[in-house]
Amino acid sequence: MDALKVQAFPDLPPGLLPNLDFFIAWDYLWFLFKNISPYFWSAMGIGLCVGLSILGAAWGIYITGSSLLGAAIRVPRITSKNLISIIFCEAVAIYGVIVAIILQTRIEYVDPNPDDGSWPVAAYTAGYAIYAAGIITGWANLACGICVGVVGSSAALSDAANSTLFVKILVVEIFGSALGLFGVIIGIIVSGQANFKQT
Amino acid sequence: MYGLEALWFNVKDGYLEAVVRGHKSGLLTSSDYNNLCQCESLEDIKLHLQSTDYGPYLANVASPLHTTTIVEQCTEKLTEDWARMRCNADDPLATFMDYCTYGHMIDNVVLIVTGTLHERDVQELLDKCHPLGMFDSISTLAVASNMRELYRLVLVDTPLAPYFSSNLTSEDLDEMNIEILRNTLYKAYLDDFAAFCNKLGGATAEVMGDLLAFEADRRALNITMNSIGTELTRDDRRKLYSNFGLLHPHGHSELAGAEDFDQIRSAMEKCPPYQAIFNKMGYGESQMLDKVLYEEEVRREVFTFEQQFHYGVFFAYMRLREQEIRNIMWVSECVAQDQKARITDGIVYIF
Repeated sequence: MDALKVQAFPDLPPGLLPNLDFFIAWDYLWFLFKNISPYFWSAMGIGLCVGLSILGAAWGIYITGSSLLGAAIRVPRITSKNLISIIFCEAVAIYGVIVAIILQTRIEYVDPNPDDGSWPVAAYTAGYAIYAAGIITGWANLACGICVGVVGSSAALSDAANSTLFVKILVVEIFGSALGLFGVIIGIIVSGQANFKQT
Repeated sequence: MYGLEALWFNVKDGYLEAVVRGHKSGLLTSSDYNNLCQCESLEDIKLHLQSTDYGPYLANVASPLHTTTIVEQCTEKLTEDWARMRCNADDPLATFMDYCTYGHMIDNVVLIVTGTLHERDVQELLDKCHPLGMFDSISTLAVASNMRELYRLVLVDTPLAPYFSSNLTSEDLDEMNIEILRNTLYKAYLDDFAAFCNKLGGATAEVMGDLLAFEADRRALNITMNSIGTELTRDDRRKLYSNFGLLHPHGHSELAGAEDFDQIRSAMEKCPPYQAIFNKMGYGESQMLDKVLYEEEVRREVFTFEQQFHYGVFFAYMRLREQEIRNIMWVSECVAQDQKARITDGIVYIF
Protein backbone atom coordinates (compact mmCIF):
# COMPACT_ATOMS: atom_id res chain seq x y z
CA MET A 1 0.00 0.00 0.00
CA ASP A 2 2.72 2.42 0.94
CA ALA A 3 4.56 1.64 -2.25
CA LEU A 4 1.41 2.53 -4.18
CA LYS A 5 1.13 5.84 -2.42
CA VAL A 6 4.72 6.68 -3.15
CA GLN A 7 4.07 5.77 -6.76
CA ALA A 8 1.00 7.99 -6.90
CA PHE A 9 2.66 11.00 -5.30
CA PRO A 10 6.35 10.65 -6.07
CA ASP A 11 7.10 14.30 -5.29
CA LEU A 12 5.71 14.28 -1.76
CA PRO A 13 7.86 13.97 1.30
CA PRO A 14 6.97 10.66 3.07
CA GLY A 15 5.28 12.36 6.03
CA LEU A 16 2.75 14.05 3.75
CA LEU A 17 1.48 10.93 2.03
CA PRO A 18 -2.30 11.06 2.01
CA ASN A 19 -4.57 8.39 3.37
CA LEU A 20 -6.08 6.68 0.33
CA ASP A 21 -8.53 4.45 2.21
CA PHE A 22 -11.40 6.90 1.74
CA PHE A 23 -13.47 7.82 -1.25
CA ILE A 24 -12.55 11.46 -0.79
CA ALA A 25 -8.97 11.94 0.29
CA TRP A 26 -9.52 14.78 2.72
CA ASP A 27 -5.91 14.82 3.74
CA TYR A 28 -4.87 15.25 0.16
CA LEU A 29 -7.45 18.00 -0.44
CA TRP A 30 -6.21 19.81 2.62
CA PHE A 31 -2.71 19.39 1.31
CA LEU A 32 -3.74 20.91 -2.01
CA PHE A 33 -5.60 23.72 -0.30
CA LYS A 34 -2.76 24.85 1.83
CA ASN A 35 -0.39 24.76 -1.09
CA ILE A 36 -2.43 27.16 -3.15
CA SER A 37 -0.40 30.27 -3.63
CA PRO A 38 -1.54 33.34 -1.66
CA TYR A 39 -1.17 35.28 -4.87
CA PHE A 40 -3.82 33.10 -6.44
CA TRP A 41 -6.17 33.93 -3.57
CA SER A 42 -5.39 37.62 -3.98
CA ALA A 43 -6.07 37.57 -7.68
CA MET A 44 -9.25 35.58 -7.14
CA GLY A 45 -10.44 38.04 -4.48
CA ILE A 46 -9.81 41.07 -6.65
CA GLY A 47 -11.42 39.44 -9.66
CA LEU A 48 -14.57 38.45 -7.78
CA CYS A 49 -14.74 41.87 -6.18
CA VAL A 50 -14.87 43.71 -9.49
CA GLY A 51 -16.80 40.97 -11.31
CA LEU A 52 -19.63 40.53 -8.84
CA SER A 53 -19.95 44.26 -8.23
CA ILE A 54 -20.28 44.98 -11.90
CA LEU A 55 -22.67 42.09 -12.37
CA GLY A 56 -24.82 43.60 -9.62
CA ALA A 57 -24.63 47.05 -11.14
CA ALA A 58 -25.50 45.80 -14.62
CA TRP A 59 -28.37 43.76 -13.27
CA GLY A 60 -29.75 46.75 -11.44
CA ILE A 61 -29.37 49.05 -14.40
CA TYR A 62 -31.26 46.83 -16.78
CA ILE A 63 -34.10 46.25 -14.32
CA THR A 64 -34.43 49.97 -13.72
CA GLY A 65 -33.60 51.06 -17.23
CA SER A 66 -36.15 48.98 -19.09
CA SER A 67 -38.97 50.14 -16.81
CA LEU A 68 -37.76 53.70 -16.97
CA LEU A 69 -37.74 53.72 -20.76
CA GLY A 70 -41.24 52.33 -20.98
CA ALA A 71 -42.67 54.65 -18.38
CA ALA A 72 -40.99 57.69 -19.91
CA ILE A 73 -42.91 57.30 -23.17
CA ARG A 74 -46.03 58.66 -21.59
CA VAL A 75 -44.49 60.79 -18.84
CA PRO A 76 -41.20 62.20 -20.14
CA ARG A 77 -40.69 64.33 -17.02
CA ILE A 78 -39.57 61.30 -15.02
CA THR A 79 -36.42 60.62 -17.01
CA SER A 80 -34.01 63.11 -15.46
CA LYS A 81 -35.33 62.55 -11.94
CA ASN A 82 -35.09 58.80 -12.22
CA LEU A 83 -31.56 58.85 -13.54
CA ILE A 84 -30.69 58.86 -9.86
CA SER A 85 -31.74 55.20 -9.70
CA ILE A 86 -29.32 54.42 -12.51
CA ILE A 87 -26.61 56.39 -10.72
CA PHE A 88 -27.22 54.42 -7.52
CA CYS A 89 -26.70 51.21 -9.47
CA GLU A 90 -23.64 52.63 -11.14
CA ALA A 91 -22.22 53.55 -7.72
CA VAL A 92 -22.27 49.87 -6.86
CA ALA A 93 -19.85 49.16 -9.69
CA ILE A 94 -17.67 52.02 -8.54
CA TYR A 95 -17.54 50.58 -4.99
CA GLY A 96 -16.27 47.33 -6.47
CA VAL A 97 -13.61 49.07 -8.52
CA ILE A 98 -12.44 51.17 -5.57
CA VAL A 99 -12.15 48.18 -3.26
CA ALA A 100 -10.33 46.25 -5.97
CA ILE A 101 -7.81 49.07 -6.31
CA ILE A 102 -7.32 49.14 -2.55
CA LEU A 103 -6.87 45.36 -2.55
CA GLN A 104 -4.29 45.32 -5.27
CA THR A 105 -2.14 47.89 -3.43
CA ARG A 106 -1.82 45.28 -0.67
CA ILE A 107 -0.06 42.79 -2.88
CA GLU A 108 3.68 42.65 -2.38
CA TYR A 109 6.30 40.18 -3.49
CA VAL A 110 7.73 37.77 -0.92
CA ASP A 111 10.08 34.87 -1.55
CA PRO A 112 8.74 31.40 -0.96
CA ASN A 113 10.53 29.11 1.41
CA PRO A 114 13.30 27.53 -0.72
CA ASP A 115 13.01 24.14 1.07
CA ASP A 116 9.39 23.14 0.40
CA GLY A 117 8.03 26.03 -1.67
CA SER A 118 5.68 27.24 1.08
CA TRP A 119 5.14 30.87 1.90
CA PRO A 120 5.53 32.69 5.19
CA VAL A 121 2.46 32.67 7.45
CA ALA A 122 2.04 36.39 6.91
CA ALA A 123 1.72 35.83 3.17
CA TYR A 124 -0.97 33.17 3.66
CA THR A 125 -2.84 35.51 5.99
CA ALA A 126 -2.66 38.31 3.46
CA GLY A 127 -3.83 36.05 0.64
CA TYR A 128 -6.87 34.83 2.54
CA ALA A 129 -7.64 38.34 3.78
CA ILE A 130 -7.63 39.76 0.28
CA TYR A 131 -9.79 36.92 -0.97
CA ALA A 132 -12.23 37.42 1.89
CA ALA A 133 -12.33 41.17 1.36
CA GLY A 134 -12.98 40.60 -2.32
CA ILE A 135 -15.90 38.21 -1.92
CA ILE A 136 -17.43 40.22 0.91
CA THR A 137 -17.49 43.31 -1.25
CA GLY A 138 -18.49 41.40 -4.37
CA TRP A 139 -21.48 39.55 -2.98
CA ALA A 140 -22.65 42.54 -0.95
CA ASN A 141 -22.56 44.68 -4.06
CA LEU A 142 -24.33 42.05 -6.16
CA ALA A 143 -27.20 41.97 -3.68
CA CYS A 144 -27.18 45.73 -3.38
CA GLY A 145 -27.29 46.22 -7.15
CA ILE A 146 -30.28 43.91 -7.58
CA CYS A 147 -32.05 45.54 -4.64
CA VAL A 148 -31.52 49.05 -5.96
CA GLY A 149 -32.53 47.93 -9.43
CA VAL A 150 -35.84 46.43 -8.36
CA VAL A 151 -36.68 49.40 -6.15
CA GLY A 152 -35.56 51.78 -8.89
CA SER A 153 -37.85 50.15 -11.41
CA SER A 154 -40.77 50.53 -9.00
CA ALA A 155 -39.68 54.11 -8.38
CA ALA A 156 -39.83 54.89 -12.09
CA LEU A 157 -43.26 53.30 -12.49
CA SER A 158 -44.73 54.95 -9.43
CA ASP A 159 -43.24 58.33 -10.25
CA ALA A 160 -44.87 58.10 -13.64
CA ALA A 161 -48.23 57.34 -12.02
CA ASN A 162 -48.01 59.85 -9.18
CA SER A 163 -45.13 62.29 -8.82
CA THR A 164 -45.55 62.70 -5.06
CA LEU A 165 -44.38 59.12 -4.56
CA PHE A 166 -40.91 59.69 -5.93
CA VAL A 167 -39.30 61.14 -2.80
CA LYS A 168 -40.81 58.43 -0.60
CA ILE A 169 -39.52 55.61 -2.75
CA LEU A 170 -36.18 57.35 -3.06
CA VAL A 171 -35.74 56.94 0.70
CA VAL A 172 -36.24 53.20 0.31
CA GLU A 173 -33.75 53.19 -2.50
CA ILE A 174 -31.14 55.05 -0.46
CA PHE A 175 -31.39 52.45 2.27
CA GLY A 176 -30.99 49.77 -0.38
CA SER A 177 -27.86 51.39 -1.74
CA ALA A 178 -26.43 51.64 1.78
CA LEU A 179 -26.22 47.83 1.79
CA GLY A 180 -23.35 47.92 -0.64
CA LEU A 181 -21.47 50.36 1.57
CA PHE A 182 -21.56 47.84 4.43
CA GLY A 183 -19.75 45.36 2.22
CA VAL A 184 -17.25 48.00 1.18
CA ILE A 185 -16.51 48.99 4.79
CA ILE A 186 -16.01 45.40 5.96
CA GLY A 187 -13.95 44.67 2.86
CA ILE A 188 -11.62 47.56 3.55
CA ILE A 189 -11.27 46.63 7.23
CA VAL A 190 -10.54 43.00 6.42
CA SER A 191 -8.01 43.88 3.77
CA GLY A 192 -6.34 46.22 6.29
CA GLN A 193 -4.99 43.08 7.98
CA ALA A 194 -3.33 41.93 4.81
CA ASN A 195 0.43 42.32 4.84
CA PHE A 196 2.53 39.98 2.78
CA LYS A 197 5.77 40.98 4.45
CA GLN A 198 6.15 40.07 8.07
CA THR A 199 6.52 43.27 10.08
CA MET B 1 -40.20 30.58 -9.73
CA TYR B 2 -42.12 32.74 -7.32
CA GLY B 3 -40.28 35.84 -6.16
CA LEU B 4 -37.51 35.54 -8.70
CA GLU B 5 -39.48 37.34 -11.43
CA ALA B 6 -37.98 40.51 -10.03
CA LEU B 7 -34.62 39.31 -11.31
CA TRP B 8 -35.52 38.15 -14.80
CA PHE B 9 -38.84 39.69 -15.76
CA ASN B 10 -37.39 42.94 -17.03
CA VAL B 11 -35.03 41.23 -19.46
CA LYS B 12 -37.87 40.77 -21.92
CA ASP B 13 -40.93 42.44 -20.56
CA GLY B 14 -39.88 45.35 -18.37
CA TYR B 15 -40.30 47.88 -21.12
CA LEU B 16 -43.77 46.75 -22.11
CA GLU B 17 -44.92 46.50 -18.53
CA ALA B 18 -44.00 50.13 -18.04
CA VAL B 19 -45.74 51.03 -21.31
CA VAL B 20 -48.97 49.31 -20.31
CA ARG B 21 -48.87 51.05 -16.95
CA GLY B 22 -48.54 54.31 -18.82
CA HIS B 23 -51.64 53.47 -20.86
CA LYS B 24 -53.45 52.55 -17.67
CA SER B 25 -52.75 55.98 -16.18
CA GLY B 26 -54.57 57.40 -19.20
CA LEU B 27 -57.85 55.76 -18.24
CA LEU B 28 -60.65 58.16 -17.38
CA THR B 29 -61.04 59.00 -13.72
CA SER B 30 -64.23 59.74 -11.86
CA SER B 31 -63.73 63.48 -12.34
CA ASP B 32 -63.60 62.87 -16.10
CA TYR B 33 -66.85 60.97 -15.83
CA ASN B 34 -68.37 63.80 -13.82
CA ASN B 35 -67.46 66.17 -16.62
CA LEU B 36 -68.85 63.78 -19.22
CA CYS B 37 -72.11 63.55 -17.28
CA GLN B 38 -72.51 67.32 -17.49
CA CYS B 39 -72.39 67.23 -21.27
CA GLU B 40 -75.40 68.45 -23.22
CA SER B 41 -74.54 67.05 -26.63
CA LEU B 42 -72.23 64.61 -28.34
CA GLU B 43 -70.09 67.57 -29.42
CA ASP B 44 -69.47 68.36 -25.75
CA ILE B 45 -68.49 64.76 -25.12
CA LYS B 46 -66.08 64.88 -28.01
CA LEU B 47 -64.62 68.09 -26.61
CA HIS B 48 -64.05 66.50 -23.21
CA LEU B 49 -62.59 63.33 -24.63
CA GLN B 50 -60.20 65.35 -26.73
CA SER B 51 -58.37 66.43 -23.59
CA THR B 52 -57.79 62.75 -22.69
CA ASP B 53 -55.84 59.98 -24.41
CA TYR B 54 -58.60 59.69 -26.98
CA GLY B 55 -57.76 63.17 -28.29
CA PRO B 56 -55.88 62.28 -31.48
CA TYR B 57 -58.46 59.67 -32.42
CA LEU B 58 -61.44 62.00 -32.08
CA ALA B 59 -59.80 65.13 -33.50
CA ASN B 60 -60.62 64.46 -37.13
CA VAL B 61 -64.10 63.03 -36.77
CA ALA B 62 -66.52 64.76 -39.12
CA SER B 63 -69.28 66.75 -37.58
CA PRO B 64 -72.65 65.03 -37.37
CA LEU B 65 -71.45 62.84 -34.51
CA HIS B 66 -73.01 59.50 -33.67
CA THR B 67 -72.48 57.33 -30.64
CA THR B 68 -71.15 54.58 -32.86
CA THR B 69 -68.47 56.88 -34.30
CA ILE B 70 -67.24 57.83 -30.85
CA VAL B 71 -67.20 54.21 -29.71
CA GLU B 72 -65.46 53.11 -32.90
CA GLN B 73 -62.74 55.71 -32.44
CA CYS B 74 -62.25 54.73 -28.80
CA THR B 75 -61.98 51.07 -29.77
CA GLU B 76 -59.50 52.10 -32.43
CA LYS B 77 -57.35 53.58 -29.68
CA LEU B 78 -57.39 50.31 -27.74
CA THR B 79 -56.64 48.30 -30.86
CA GLU B 80 -53.72 50.47 -31.83
CA ASP B 81 -52.22 50.41 -28.35
CA TRP B 82 -52.62 46.67 -28.29
CA ALA B 83 -51.09 46.15 -31.71
CA ARG B 84 -48.14 48.33 -30.84
CA MET B 85 -47.47 46.42 -27.65
CA ARG B 86 -48.00 43.10 -29.39
CA CYS B 87 -45.33 44.00 -31.95
CA ASN B 88 -42.83 44.63 -29.19
CA ALA B 89 -43.68 41.55 -27.16
CA ASP B 90 -41.32 38.63 -26.85
CA ASP B 91 -42.44 35.06 -26.61
CA PRO B 92 -44.25 34.17 -23.42
CA LEU B 93 -45.78 37.63 -23.33
CA ALA B 94 -46.69 37.54 -27.04
CA THR B 95 -48.54 34.26 -26.56
CA PHE B 96 -50.20 35.66 -23.49
CA MET B 97 -51.38 38.72 -25.39
CA ASP B 98 -52.73 36.50 -28.15
CA TYR B 99 -54.61 34.49 -25.58
CA CYS B 100 -56.20 37.68 -24.30
CA THR B 101 -57.76 38.32 -27.71
CA TYR B 102 -59.08 34.80 -28.39
CA GLY B 103 -62.21 35.71 -26.47
CA HIS B 104 -62.97 38.43 -29.02
CA MET B 105 -62.25 35.98 -31.81
CA ILE B 106 -64.86 33.59 -30.47
CA ASP B 107 -67.37 36.43 -30.23
CA ASN B 108 -66.63 37.46 -33.80
CA VAL B 109 -67.04 33.94 -35.13
CA VAL B 110 -70.35 33.61 -33.36
CA LEU B 111 -71.43 37.04 -34.57
CA ILE B 112 -70.72 36.23 -38.20
CA VAL B 113 -72.35 32.82 -38.04
CA THR B 114 -75.47 34.20 -36.36
CA GLY B 115 -75.59 37.06 -38.83
CA THR B 116 -75.31 34.71 -41.76
CA LEU B 117 -78.16 32.65 -40.39
CA HIS B 118 -80.30 35.76 -40.45
CA GLU B 119 -79.06 36.50 -43.97
CA ARG B 120 -77.30 39.72 -43.17
CA ASP B 121 -74.72 41.21 -45.46
CA VAL B 122 -71.22 39.96 -44.64
CA GLN B 123 -69.63 43.37 -44.95
CA GLU B 124 -72.09 44.85 -42.51
CA LEU B 125 -71.30 42.05 -40.06
CA LEU B 126 -67.57 42.51 -40.45
CA ASP B 127 -67.95 46.15 -39.47
CA LYS B 128 -69.59 45.06 -36.25
CA CYS B 129 -66.79 42.65 -35.33
CA HIS B 130 -64.43 43.60 -32.56
CA PRO B 131 -61.15 44.63 -34.21
CA LEU B 132 -59.07 42.81 -31.59
CA GLY B 133 -60.60 39.51 -32.63
CA MET B 134 -60.06 39.80 -36.38
CA PHE B 135 -58.27 37.10 -38.33
CA ASP B 136 -57.54 36.72 -42.03
CA SER B 137 -60.15 34.22 -43.06
CA ILE B 138 -62.98 35.72 -41.05
CA SER B 139 -64.98 36.93 -44.06
CA THR B 140 -65.24 33.41 -45.45
CA LEU B 141 -67.07 32.25 -42.32
CA ALA B 142 -70.36 32.98 -44.02
CA VAL B 143 -70.10 29.99 -46.35
CA ALA B 144 -70.40 27.41 -43.59
CA SER B 145 -73.76 25.86 -42.93
CA ASN B 146 -72.88 23.34 -40.22
CA MET B 147 -70.22 23.10 -37.58
CA ARG B 148 -68.10 20.54 -39.36
CA GLU B 149 -67.84 22.76 -42.41
CA LEU B 150 -67.20 25.77 -40.26
CA TYR B 151 -64.24 23.98 -38.77
CA ARG B 152 -62.94 22.36 -41.92
CA LEU B 153 -63.17 25.39 -44.20
CA VAL B 154 -62.29 28.29 -41.98
CA LEU B 155 -61.32 27.74 -38.41
CA VAL B 156 -58.75 25.04 -38.88
CA ASP B 157 -56.17 27.71 -39.66
CA THR B 158 -57.00 29.90 -36.67
CA PRO B 159 -55.81 29.59 -33.11
CA LEU B 160 -59.33 28.58 -32.18
CA ALA B 161 -59.01 25.25 -34.00
CA PRO B 162 -58.10 23.15 -30.95
CA TYR B 163 -61.13 24.44 -29.08
CA PHE B 164 -63.36 23.47 -31.95
CA SER B 165 -61.92 20.11 -32.78
CA SER B 166 -62.68 18.75 -29.34
CA ASN B 167 -66.32 19.83 -29.53
CA LEU B 168 -67.31 19.02 -33.08
CA THR B 169 -70.76 17.86 -33.98
CA SER B 170 -72.17 17.78 -37.46
CA GLU B 171 -75.41 19.38 -36.39
CA ASP B 172 -76.75 22.20 -38.47
CA LEU B 173 -76.23 25.62 -37.08
CA ASP B 174 -79.24 27.16 -35.46
CA GLU B 175 -79.81 29.77 -32.79
CA MET B 176 -79.55 27.40 -29.84
CA ASN B 177 -76.57 25.53 -31.23
CA ILE B 178 -74.68 28.72 -31.78
CA GLU B 179 -75.14 29.84 -28.20
CA ILE B 180 -73.97 26.42 -27.01
CA LEU B 181 -71.09 26.63 -29.47
CA ARG B 182 -70.10 30.00 -28.07
CA ASN B 183 -70.13 28.73 -24.53
CA THR B 184 -68.31 25.47 -25.20
CA LEU B 185 -65.66 27.40 -27.09
CA TYR B 186 -65.38 29.90 -24.30
CA LYS B 187 -65.08 27.12 -21.78
CA ALA B 188 -62.30 25.43 -23.73
CA TYR B 189 -60.63 28.81 -24.17
CA LEU B 190 -60.75 29.71 -20.48
CA ASP B 191 -59.47 26.30 -19.46
CA ASP B 192 -56.63 26.59 -21.93
CA PHE B 193 -55.80 30.15 -20.90
CA ALA B 194 -55.79 29.20 -17.22
CA ALA B 195 -53.52 26.24 -17.94
CA PHE B 196 -51.18 28.51 -19.89
CA CYS B 197 -51.04 31.03 -17.03
CA ASN B 198 -50.34 28.25 -14.55
CA LYS B 199 -47.52 27.09 -16.75
CA LEU B 200 -46.03 30.59 -16.66
CA GLY B 201 -46.11 30.35 -12.88
CA GLY B 202 -45.20 32.90 -10.26
CA ALA B 203 -47.05 36.15 -9.88
CA THR B 204 -48.65 35.80 -13.32
CA ALA B 205 -50.29 32.54 -12.31
CA GLU B 206 -51.45 34.02 -9.04
CA VAL B 207 -52.91 37.21 -10.48
CA MET B 208 -54.40 35.67 -13.60
CA GLY B 209 -55.73 32.72 -11.59
CA ASP B 210 -57.83 35.16 -9.63
CA LEU B 211 -59.07 37.09 -12.67
CA LEU B 212 -59.82 34.00 -14.74
CA ALA B 213 -61.54 32.25 -11.85
CA PHE B 214 -63.83 35.25 -11.55
CA GLU B 215 -64.41 35.26 -15.29
CA ALA B 216 -65.21 31.54 -15.27
CA ASP B 217 -67.60 31.90 -12.36
CA ARG B 218 -69.30 34.86 -13.96
CA ARG B 219 -69.82 32.89 -17.13
CA ALA B 220 -71.18 29.98 -15.14
CA LEU B 221 -73.60 32.37 -13.47
CA ASN B 222 -74.66 33.92 -16.76
CA ILE B 223 -75.11 30.56 -18.45
CA THR B 224 -77.33 29.46 -15.60
CA MET B 225 -79.39 32.65 -15.65
CA ASN B 226 -79.85 32.56 -19.40
CA SER B 227 -80.68 28.88 -19.54
CA ILE B 228 -83.48 28.96 -16.99
CA GLY B 229 -86.65 28.04 -18.81
CA THR B 230 -84.91 26.78 -21.95
CA GLU B 231 -84.71 23.19 -23.11
CA LEU B 232 -81.07 22.92 -22.02
CA THR B 233 -80.82 19.92 -19.71
CA ARG B 234 -79.05 19.85 -16.43
CA ASP B 235 -76.14 17.81 -17.78
CA ASP B 236 -75.72 19.97 -20.86
CA ARG B 237 -75.64 23.01 -18.68
CA ARG B 238 -73.05 21.40 -16.46
CA LYS B 239 -70.87 20.72 -19.49
CA LEU B 240 -70.65 24.42 -20.30
CA TYR B 241 -69.07 25.38 -16.98
CA SER B 242 -65.30 25.77 -16.93
CA ASN B 243 -63.15 23.28 -15.10
CA PHE B 244 -61.81 25.75 -12.57
CA GLY B 245 -62.91 28.75 -10.55
CA LEU B 246 -64.18 29.12 -7.04
CA LEU B 247 -67.45 27.41 -7.88
CA HIS B 248 -65.76 24.33 -9.27
CA PRO B 249 -66.96 21.66 -8.59
CA HIS B 250 -69.57 21.91 -5.80
CA GLY B 251 -70.97 25.27 -6.81
CA HIS B 252 -71.32 24.01 -10.36
CA SER B 253 -73.41 21.03 -9.41
CA GLU B 254 -75.69 23.32 -7.44
CA LEU B 255 -75.90 25.86 -10.26
CA ALA B 256 -76.64 23.08 -12.74
CA GLY B 257 -79.78 22.23 -10.78
CA ALA B 258 -80.89 25.80 -10.13
CA GLU B 259 -84.33 26.66 -11.48
CA ASP B 260 -84.79 30.28 -10.43
CA PHE B 261 -82.78 33.29 -9.32
CA ASP B 262 -83.06 32.56 -5.61
CA GLN B 263 -81.56 29.11 -6.06
CA ILE B 264 -78.71 30.61 -8.06
CA ARG B 265 -78.24 33.12 -5.33
CA SER B 266 -78.03 30.52 -2.60
CA ALA B 267 -75.56 28.49 -4.65
CA MET B 268 -73.35 31.53 -5.19
CA GLU B 269 -73.54 32.74 -1.62
CA LYS B 270 -71.81 29.62 -0.37
CA CYS B 271 -68.64 31.17 -1.77
CA PRO B 272 -67.50 33.97 0.57
CA PRO B 273 -66.24 36.41 -2.11
CA TYR B 274 -69.51 36.17 -3.97
CA GLN B 275 -71.55 36.45 -0.82
CA ALA B 276 -70.15 39.97 -0.42
CA ILE B 277 -71.22 40.79 -3.98
CA PHE B 278 -74.72 39.45 -3.53
CA ASN B 279 -75.06 41.27 -0.23
CA LYS B 280 -74.82 44.53 -2.14
CA MET B 281 -78.09 43.72 -3.90
CA GLY B 282 -81.42 43.51 -2.22
CA TYR B 283 -83.61 40.49 -2.95
CA GLY B 284 -85.33 40.64 -6.32
CA GLU B 285 -82.91 43.08 -7.89
CA SER B 286 -81.50 40.67 -10.44
CA GLN B 287 -81.23 43.41 -13.08
CA MET B 288 -78.52 45.05 -11.01
CA LEU B 289 -76.42 41.90 -11.14
CA ASP B 290 -74.57 42.77 -14.32
CA LYS B 291 -73.43 46.10 -13.01
CA VAL B 292 -72.39 44.69 -9.66
CA LEU B 293 -70.35 42.01 -11.40
CA TYR B 294 -68.72 44.57 -13.67
CA GLU B 295 -67.81 46.64 -10.63
CA GLU B 296 -66.28 43.63 -8.95
CA GLU B 297 -64.32 42.76 -12.09
CA VAL B 298 -62.99 46.31 -12.36
CA ARG B 299 -62.02 46.28 -8.71
CA ARG B 300 -60.03 43.10 -9.15
CA GLU B 301 -58.40 44.34 -12.33
CA VAL B 302 -57.31 47.60 -10.73
CA PHE B 303 -55.72 45.52 -7.96
CA THR B 304 -53.48 43.73 -10.44
CA PHE B 305 -51.57 46.96 -10.92
CA GLU B 306 -50.50 46.84 -7.28
CA GLN B 307 -48.07 44.05 -8.11
CA GLN B 308 -45.12 44.35 -10.39
CA PHE B 309 -43.41 41.83 -12.67
CA HIS B 310 -46.36 39.87 -14.00
CA TYR B 311 -48.46 39.67 -17.17
CA GLY B 312 -51.83 40.20 -15.54
CA VAL B 313 -51.56 43.95 -16.14
CA PHE B 314 -51.90 43.47 -19.89
CA PHE B 315 -55.11 41.51 -19.55
CA ALA B 316 -56.37 43.95 -16.93
CA TYR B 317 -55.56 46.95 -19.10
CA MET B 318 -57.49 45.49 -22.02
CA ARG B 319 -60.50 44.74 -19.85
CA LEU B 320 -60.44 48.13 -18.15
CA ARG B 321 -60.24 49.94 -21.46
CA GLU B 322 -63.16 47.92 -22.73
CA GLN B 323 -65.14 48.77 -19.65
CA GLU B 324 -64.30 52.41 -20.21
CA ILE B 325 -65.52 52.20 -23.79
CA ARG B 326 -68.76 50.68 -22.53
CA ASN B 327 -69.05 53.59 -20.10
CA ILE B 328 -68.47 56.12 -22.87
CA MET B 329 -71.04 54.35 -25.00
CA TRP B 330 -73.58 54.50 -22.19
CA VAL B 331 -72.92 58.18 -21.51
CA SER B 332 -73.12 59.07 -25.20
CA GLU B 333 -76.33 57.08 -25.64
CA CYS B 334 -77.87 58.78 -22.64
CA VAL B 335 -76.89 62.19 -23.94
CA ALA B 336 -78.01 61.40 -27.49
CA GLN B 337 -81.38 60.08 -26.35
CA ASP B 338 -81.87 62.78 -23.76
CA GLN B 339 -82.04 60.37 -20.83
CA LYS B 340 -79.78 62.32 -18.52
CA ALA B 341 -81.53 61.11 -15.37
CA ARG B 342 -80.21 57.60 -15.94
CA ILE B 343 -76.71 58.63 -16.92
CA THR B 344 -74.92 57.57 -13.72
CA ASP B 345 -76.73 54.22 -13.53
CA GLY B 346 -74.65 52.62 -16.24
CA ILE B 347 -71.20 53.96 -15.44
CA VAL B 348 -68.76 51.65 -13.72
CA TYR B 349 -66.17 53.96 -12.22
CA ILE B 350 -62.65 52.67 -12.62
CA PHE B 351 -60.76 55.04 -10.34
